Amino acid sequence: MQTVAFWVLAVGAVGFGVAVFVVDSMARATFALLASFLCVGVELLLLDLDYLGVLVILMMIMEMLVMAVFMIMYMMNPGGLMPMTMVHNKRGALAISGSVFAALAAGVFLTPWPERRGSVPADPTFSVGESIMGPKMLVMMVIGIAILATMVASVVLATDRGRYDRPPGRADGAK
Amino acid sequence: MGGPVGDPTPVWAVVALPLVLAALTYSAAAMDSAFHSGGGFVAPLREGVRLVVQQRRRTLAPDALLARIGVISLPAAALLAATVIPLDGGSVWEPPVSVVWFNAMEVVAWGSLWLAGWGVNSAFPLIGGYRFVAQGLAYELPHMFALITAGLGAGSLDLTEVAAAQDGLWFAVWMPVAFAVYLLSAVAMTFWGPMSHPVADDAAGGVAAELSGPDRLLFFAGRLALLTVAAAAAVPLFLGGGAGPWLPGWAWSLIKTYAVLALLVWVRGGFPVLRMDRFMTAAWMVLIPATLLQALVVGIVVVN
Repeated sequence: MQTVAFWVLAVGAVGFGVAVFVVDSMARATFALLASFLCVGVELLLLDLDYLGVLVILMMIMEMLVMAVFMIMYMMNPGGLMPMTMVHNKRGALAISGSVFAALAAGVFLTPWPERRGSVPADPTFSVGESIMGPKMLVMMVIGIAILATMVASVVLATDRGRYDRPPGRADGAK
Repeated sequence: MGGPVGDPTPVWAVVALPLVLAALTYSAAAMDSAFHSGGGFVAPLREGVRLVVQQRRRTLAPDALLARIGVISLPAAALLAATVIPLDGGSVWEPPVSVVWFNAMEVVAWGSLWLAGWGVNSAFPLIGGYRFVAQGLAYELPHMFALITAGLGAGSLDLTEVAAAQDGLWFAVWMPVAFAVYLLSAVAMTFWGPMSHPVADDAAGGVAAELSGPDRLLFFAGRLALLTVAAAAAVPLFLGGGAGPWLPGWAWSLIKTYAVLALLVWVRGGFPVLRMDRFMTAAWMVLIPATLLQALVVGIVVVN
């Protein structure tokens, strides 16, 4: 059952990934990419990485919606009404991506994978965080807040007045 | 909504879940009709039948696939969110992070509205779709902080454990700001009542302007189902879950769900639709700091 689900989702993830470059509408490309990420999110759920899996689903939906807004703003053919292709420099791109894929796939077979030691921890998400961050967790959390504060501050400093803010001195009146 | 914690989910619970959700959703529609239009409890049924047999209206060059996905994903998301809501100690599906799953399924509505608005190839639905993306972004953060505050108070992101942690004192009592923000942002996430700018009359019905027949039925039923699930989730999050005297847990869960749902449905009649570009300021400047302060207070209490 789990194996079947894994393969269905794996094929789905790759299939939707291919669809991103096949469809001729930016809206469809964006949501094909979202579908691909959702397949990956459910794969993580299958691996019992509950938090990571649900988080991937949550964040990818939000992220792709924001991306849809921007991509449609910039692309020449958002609705698929004119001919458009997502692919450029076909031969070069094929050669590069083919060789990168071959190298990565070769790595899978050539790497001496270690045997599993010990058993699955009770909370894999927590353990992954611990082993990546280790004793630097506090530093990383402080830096995270500092980055967020910097982003908010730079946006505040960069925008004198937003599009929908009323001009100074007319706070109560019409826009 | 199944047996007690630890048991595998019985088959009847999986079958019963959509039926319970449908019954609650219909009650919401009936309450809305009774409170506001005076149509009585049969009016939603009549309207539903009318929409089922109505012929679809077509627009020029629509992206029918995307529009369909948008419409269908709305009730589907509500059902998927309902799978993690405990009715009597346990839910149909029990991931250890059910609060996050519930939130993820609410966010699906962003995609639903944008796709439905985009797919029909018409200006007003498109405007409605973009309005909802902005509204969702503005309200997701306070919503998330309200959810996290309840999780912080319980030390768990599992709705069942959050409900169990409110032994004696409901979270609604000692984190009132988080509860109020949860209700307000839940109304915003389901574009209901004062937050229905994405489907407002000033844009000729917004996202729903071109929806007709079964599409329209699924869309508005999906919205009510999302509202129902948001009301049902408020019970384990803030109102002590199934705890209560004399009656069994599932009965208390249902009674509390109906109370919250009635409040949310009633809100629609009393307030004007808010223009999202104006109200965005309130979301960012008031709600987010208020929820952060609430989380801070709860964090200090929990640590001590």
